[in-house]
Formats: sequence, C-alpha cells, structure tokens
Amino acid sequence: MAETVFLVAVGLAAGALLLAGIRFARGPWAVDRTVALDAMTIIATSLIVAFALLAGRRIYLDVALVYGLVGFVGVVAVARYLEGGL
Amino acid sequence: MRTLKARLIGFLGLWVVWLLLTSPWSAQEALVGALVAAFISLLPLAGRSPLGDLRVTPKALAYLFLYFFVFLKALVLSNLDVAFRVLHPKLPIAPGIVKVKTRLRTSLGRLLLTSSITLTPGTITVELRGDDIYVHWINVTAADSAGATAAIVQGFEKYLEVICG
Amino acid sequence: MLAIVGAFLSLLGSAFFVLAAIGLLRMPDALNRMQAGTKATTLGSILFLLGIGLMRPDFLGRIIILILFIVLTNPVSSNALARAAHAWRDRIGLKMTPDALAEAEAEAAALASSTAEAASAKPTSEVQHDA
Repeated sequence: MAETVFLVAVGLAAGALLLAGIRFARGPWAVDRTVALDAMTIIATSLIVAFALLAGRRIYLDVALVYGLVGFVGVVAVARYLEGGL
Repeated sequence: MRTLKARLIGFLGLWVVWLLLTSPWSAQEALVGALVAAFISLLPLAGRSPLGDLRVTPKALAYLFLYFFVFLKALVLSNLDVAFRVLHPKLPIAPGIVKVKTRLRTSLGRLLLTSSITLTPGTITVELRGDDIYVHWINVTAADSAGATAAIVQGFEKYLEVICG
Repeated sequence: MLAIVGAFLSLLGSAFFVLAAIGLLRMPDALNRMQAGTKATTLGSILFLLGIGLMRPDFLGRIIILILFIVLTNPVSSNALARAAHAWRDRIGLKMTPDALAEAEAEAAALASSTAEAASAKPTSEVQHDA
C-alpha cells in the first residue's frame, strides 16, 4: 500500500520534472530557462532522496545534499551573470 | 570583531548541523564535531556577523517560535493561492511592482523579511534599496506604498522587530 | 502506519511539484513563472522529503538539513533571478501596471544626468539600464 502510493508520488514528481523541462527547452529567453532550471534542481534533489529510499542506501542522501548546493550556486551565478553581463 | 554572542550562536548552529548529519549519534563523533565547531567559531574573522543581530531574551525566543508558525501558515496559504491561480482557466493575474517600506534595521532581520515575503501569497522580493523593498505582486490590490506595506510587510514585521529589530 | 502517512505526504508534495510545473508552462512572463515555480516547489519539497523521512526515520537527520537548506536558499535564488528578469524587462516583454522600481531607476538616472550636466558643459548620454 505505502509503496504503491510512494511510487505514484515519484512518478508525479518525475512528470513535473519533464513538464518543467518543456519550459526549459522552449524558453523563450534565458531568464525563463533559468527559472525552469531552478525548479528542476529542487525537484531533482527530491527525486535523488526518493532514489535513496528505493535503493535503501544512505549515501545517496549526501549526493542529494551536494546536488542541491551546487544547483543553488549555479542558478545564482547564472542570474548574476544575466543581471550584469548583457 | 565578532561579538561573543555571534560566536556562540555560530557554534551552536554548526554543531547542530553536524549532529543532524551524523544522525545515528555516537559520543565520539559529537565530541569531535563540538571541537571543530568551536575552532571554526573562534577563528579571528573580519567583519561583523549577522548572527549577532539575533536577540536571546525569552520574549524574542518565544516570538521566534511563534514566527515559525506564522511563516508556515503563510507558506501554505501562498501555495493554495498559486494552485488557484494556476488551475483557473482564465489565469486571474494583474502583476505589478510596488514599493514597501520596512522599519527593520539589522541585516538578519531584513534577510528574514525579504525571504518571507518571497514565500508568501503572490509576492516576490525584487530589490532592496535603503528602507524600500520593491516587491513583485501577482495581483496588485493596493498600488500606493502605504497600502502595500500594510498588506505585505506588517504581518511579519511585528514579529521580526522583537526577534532582531 | 507511519509509512502510509509518509507515502501520502509525499504524494501531496509531488502534487505541488506538478502545480509548479503547470505554472511554469501557463504563466505569461518570467516573473509570474517565478511566482509559481518558487513557492510551489518549496512547499512541495518540504512535504515530499518529510514523507520520505516518516517512511525511513533513520534518514530524518539529513532530510531536516536538506529542508532547512531549501527553505533558506530558494528565496535567495529567486531574488537573484527576479533582479535579472527586471533588468531585462523591456527585451522579454514584462507587463506590470505599477512598476515602482523602474520609476525609481528613472528618477535616479535623471538626477545623475542633471548633476553631470551641471558639472561638465557637454551633456552625457543616458546609459543607465541597457538591458
């Protein structure tokens, strides 16, 4: 029961990642793509934690933590570049 | 120079994060974490730390606790608001940027205020200049500065003034 | 029991993820997309991760750190993005009825150019926010 519901939740989150990916691909401007990337980073972090649960390995939690950190720094760097660079 | 209060809060923060990271606890790991956190918080770093802005009176701590729930309520309301606007077939939005004023002086208070504004119904902080916060509002109901301040800022400011004026 | 509650909490969280993605697709411009994208993913990830934490209590320590991290950093990155979007507002076609920030920038630019004219004889062209 719990596992079925959780698998549905993971499927929904993966679908949300794909939908955000459509906005990432369509743009039309770099700012829109970065907004989509920001949302995708957080959904992907949550999915990595879900994978840690499904695989039963705690080490993937550290992967999620580092991925979240790097994604945040990446989004802020791109945003600062867009603000001042062009 | 950093104040003793900022160093103590920094030490506690670092140690709590370390304890959460090593969460099936053992006494050895906790001890090493405490030593490293103490070493880091005693480093002679330049500049003042925003952590020192936090007040540690009982009243401020009680308000910090209350603020947690105020924030949580605002976060849930803002998500219901987003759900309503996104799923509505006509997309009921009337976006604009309004100027609101803050009475908070400390950098920690302003950081908490602007972050809270971003996560509450229909508003995103765009810019902070002096005492003015420029807020993108998805459905502008009060275009003048005073009305927008009353609608957006004052619910949080009441608590944040006590926590870290 | 705890596992079922956790699973449904995760389901609620992923529903907010889907809302965020629909918002990203449906909203007309970058700042409005950000409204949906930031808020719904924040609450969505809180619920999704808490649900996983309830299913596996030994994950809970790291999950609390992850939640704190997301709640603290998500407003910051969306603030940086909002500033970038506002700097590009003419190119990307943002429609905002009162734009207090653009008015303030125009006032500052007018003040700067008038003082520059007073200081030097030749007028300086305005190169304030060239998007």
